[in-house]
Amino acid sequence: MSTKATTKTTYQLPIGPIHPALKEPVMFEFEMDGERIIEADVKLGHVHRAIEWTGMRRNSIQIIYLAERICGICSFVHPFAFCRAVESACDIEVPERAHYLRTIHGELERICSHMLWAGVAAHEIGFDSVLFLTWEMREKVLDLTEYLTGNRVTKGIMTLGGIRRDITPDQIPKIKETLNYLKDNFEKLRHVYLDDKTFKMRSQGVGILTKEDALKLCAVGPTTRASGIKKDVRVDQPYAAYGDIDMKHMTPDLLTGEVNGDVYDRIIVRLLEVKQSIEIMEEALDKMPSGDIVSEPKIPKLLAHIKKTVGEGVGRDEAPRGEVIHYVKFDGENENPYTWKVRASTYNNILAWIPMLKGEQIADIPIVAASTDPCMSCTNRVTIIDKNKKYILDKEQLHRLSVQKTRRLMR
Amino acid sequence: MGFSMLRPVFTQLFKKPWTNKFPAKYQPSNTTNYLKAVGEGKAKINPPVATPDGFRGKIKYDTEKCIGCKLCIRVCPCGAIEFKEKEKKVKFYISRCCFCSQCNDVCPTNCISMSDEFLLADTDKHSKNLIVE
Repeated sequence: MSTKATTKTTYQLPIGPIHPALKEPVMFEFEMDGERIIEADVKLGHVHRAIEWTGMRRNSIQIIYLAERICGICSFVHPFAFCRAVESACDIEVPERAHYLRTIHGELERICSHMLWAGVAAHEIGFDSVLFLTWEMREKVLDLTEYLTGNRVTKGIMTLGGIRRDITPDQIPKIKETLNYLKDNFEKLRHVYLDDKTFKMRSQGVGILTKEDALKLCAVGPTTRASGIKKDVRVDQPYAAYGDIDMKHMTPDLLTGEVNGDVYDRIIVRLLEVKQSIEIMEEALDKMPSGDIVSEPKIPKLLAHIKKTVGEGVGRDEAPRGEVIHYVKFDGENENPYTWKVRASTYNNILAWIPMLKGEQIADIPIVAASTDPCMSCTNRVTIIDKNKKYILDKEQLHRLSVQKTRRLMR
Repeated sequence: MGFSMLRPVFTQLFKKPWTNKFPAKYQPSNTTNYLKAVGEGKAKINPPVATPDGFRGKIKYDTEKCIGCKLCIRVCPCGAIEFKEKEKKVKFYISRCCFCSQCNDVCPTNCISMSDEFLLADTDKHSKNLIVE
């Protein structure tokens, strides 16, 4: 975009990579006409940490904790997708009870993540008292996470072939208490976010993503559901215990009867999902069968089994932000995976920013960008730097690299 | 209603703050002197929020029980454990520990456990407090 000739009426506005309005490093380049955005471009690659490379030098048990740190707050869904990939590659069975426990922890994380997002969205439009109201409620969820797993954020509860900690009967009253607290206060939250004048002014009709664009750009998660597309891995290809639980796609027309695809609709979808998650957790707690929580408790035996495995596996699950895909391949000689590939949900949602931002004002950039709940550290997988520290990847080189990688994997 | 946050904000004025003021209500001007005063019994520490059962804090290690099988080193995701060849025992660097408790789970003799100690900030990563052996 920078090569484009600038006419007298428009000017260029770079924002980022480090900017107070953005929580994580990402660079925007805007073509502006007065206050209005007419062209938007996004540049990524500022927080590349070579996680996949590191992972290929570790064994599968160690990678679980590395995968946990791909994203700061999705500390359950990344290891979950990774474990599902390894389980499908190595034919590891997961006990029935572990499936339910995984569902409960996944939903707990979704509540936590959506509440964090709601607070950040309020902060982005300058409504900080709502940020504190939301995070006060989120604190209860974090306390519950600490009570169930022993850690507040990086839970460290996932393992291959099951889960590491059981929910004992004497823990259930505390879970029920927190869920009831959330249910009692949900109305308060809904009232503030959906009826308040400030929120309506800033979010209605802003950052519209049409259904066609969302389909074309393969957006995932609440971003695409707010545009009226029924896409949710939990419903479409049920995993863990979601198959046994009655649930449907959360689209904004369930509440308002219409789909606009704006920021307001994305708030509605996330709030509805918080409510849905509470219901799923309650149902899973009631239906949970008794039994083992892990199929192979002896880790050396498990690692020896993985070492012998030749094959590949794909694991996917619905993170709070959308679908996460992990791919692993084992060559039968090492404990370490031969390849590990992560596709985080923000990767798909990034391009959706461009149609959302076109035609908006400068002041709408933070809330529109935040409305997809972007996570840059999840997304950054590739950074190419030459001696002059510039991106030097043209189409032919990219194609060549891609062909090389395919050949390498085929071996 | 137009401004739905007005009521919660005004009721909050008469409520106690949500935050637990740890270790003191106001930031002491000199932390070292404050801690000294606490040690002498002149000042009182505002207690932290209690940790739940199963909290993953600083590692506790029972040297007697350890058989030197190195399993914990094999599963540790952050390389925080070192093997002492001579004594056939291990050494934990807490400054590298990520508190995943995987060594605790894998240990065949249960010589590793997690305590509820979480105040581990230090300026020296090799300080006595941060090495368990």
